[in-house]
Amino acid sequence: MAYSDKVIDHYENPRNVGSLPKDDDTVGTGLVGAPECGDVMKLQVKVNPETGVIDDAKFKTFGCGSAIASSSLATEWLKGKTVEEALAIKNTDIVEELALPPVKIHCSVLAEDAIKAAIADYKAKQGKGEPALAGAPKA
Amino acid sequence: MKLPIYLDYHATTPVDPRVLEAMLPYFTEVFGNAASRNHAFGWAAEEAVETARKQVADLIGANAKEIIFTSGATESNNLAIKGVAEMYREKGNHIITCVTEHKAVIDTCKKLEKQGYRVTYLPVQKDGRISLDELRAAITDKTILISIMTANNEIGVIQPIAEIGAIAKEKGILFHTDAVQATGKIPFDVNALKVDLVSLSAHKMYGPKGVGALYVRRRNPRVLLAEQTNGGGHERGMRSGTLNVTGIVGLGKAAEIAKAEMATESERLRAMRDRLNAALHKSLDEIFINGSMEHRLPHNLNISFAYVEGESLLMGINDVAVSSGSACTSASLEPSYVLKALGAGDDLAHSSIRFGLGRWTTDEELDYVIDKLTTVVRRLREMSPLYEMVKDGVDLSTMQWVTH
Repeated sequence: MAYSDKVIDHYENPRNVGSLPKDDDTVGTGLVGAPECGDVMKLQVKVNPETGVIDDAKFKTFGCGSAIASSSLATEWLKGKTVEEALAIKNTDIVEELALPPVKIHCSVLAEDAIKAAIADYKAKQGKGEPALAGAPKA
Repeated sequence: MKLPIYLDYHATTPVDPRVLEAMLPYFTEVFGNAASRNHAFGWAAEEAVETARKQVADLIGANAKEIIFTSGATESNNLAIKGVAEMYREKGNHIITCVTEHKAVIDTCKKLEKQGYRVTYLPVQKDGRISLDELRAAITDKTILISIMTANNEIGVIQPIAEIGAIAKEKGILFHTDAVQATGKIPFDVNALKVDLVSLSAHKMYGPKGVGALYVRRRNPRVLLAEQTNGGGHERGMRSGTLNVTGIVGLGKAAEIAKAEMATESERLRAMRDRLNAALHKSLDEIFINGSMEHRLPHNLNISFAYVEGESLLMGINDVAVSSGSACTSASLEPSYVLKALGAGDDLAHSSIRFGLGRWTTDEELDYVIDKLTTVVRRLREMSPLYEMVKDGVDLSTMQWVTH
């Protein structure tokens, strides 16, 4: 399969790889996907509670090149956006930016899910929403 | 050293220059139709075909008259299974095969199921081999054929062919084996193994693509096949169609070379394969070999690099040609059915790489691959949330994953 130059660039030079302290109240963590499906994304945002602006974003991804690129791009876009602006990011924006082929669209869907899960987790910690389900240990 | 490096010898092999040289005159000078009985052009072509038939027969301990030339192993598998099913329909309608067979066998069996045949797909054990007890238990008085591959194309695991042959003989059931990955690589003798039908291919053993053979036993028992391609009655009436003389000459020469060099070549490749395996185990933790190491082709290695996805791994070593069992490498989004059948879990199937070493693999190339692979696996693990969780002491099997 031929990858677009942008996918290759994100794969070779991933932006914002790493982890933020997940117990910090200003950090939201989203963990989506499953190992048996071949992709798992962990995406974290650190939000300024005063302004609602995302100051920092980090990711770690187990998945194909397109999955890595989708999450890398997502963190790049998240920084500097408000939480509400971040929720407006659509998977189709990622598909377009990275020129993902049809078989890789699920990677962009996963990235959108990761963004939403991370923000839901942040909101839950701030007492502003439902707790995120993602990544919870089995009861 | 030239890049990219080819380590996908299970997919196909380059034509050996000695094979090409043997083939060349048959394109232009000796171009006759082997079925032309009344002139010198036909006789010369026929003579070349008969020489090749003997060369192929010698490789597997058969008689030349028992070799039927085909377009490749897919056709050989189709002819063997459909040919037996049709010919022995009155005797029974049950076929036994295995879940890790090549699609050319599995899909042929599926087609027969639609026509009213019954097929048992034996599972494999963790080492990739079938259980002989399960084979015995699956046999009924309606069983007409057992089809079990000699060596698997993904994991290189060698099935207990002699033992299966003995069971088939004892029960009076015909035994077919897809030996594509094995012939020319490991010793193979149709009488020692008690096989009745054997599929093989030229392009897996340094011959050309588009030509293969089917061994059809003529004595004890005499195996009959219903022809699946109708026409001029070539190849003892079992496979009509003008013979691919150049291809057949190439297959014959490839078989002759393989037989002469098998002992030294397989030992050389085994030593290199073992060195690759040892080096990867030394520099990386949490890597797992898929299938038996004891019963394995000498030039095969199939390893799962836990917590790293196969396609991203291939992307990182894009100047090395290997295959992955990961779903992302195919359109199906399903990981390798062979690795799934081993029961190792889909996550490890997604993390696998198949290495196939061959006649022109060098130590220098292996050193490059070991270095590159180690670097890329480490880099991707730094990026892997799974690796991080495991290092933090999380048991991944207790996680509730959010899936689509």
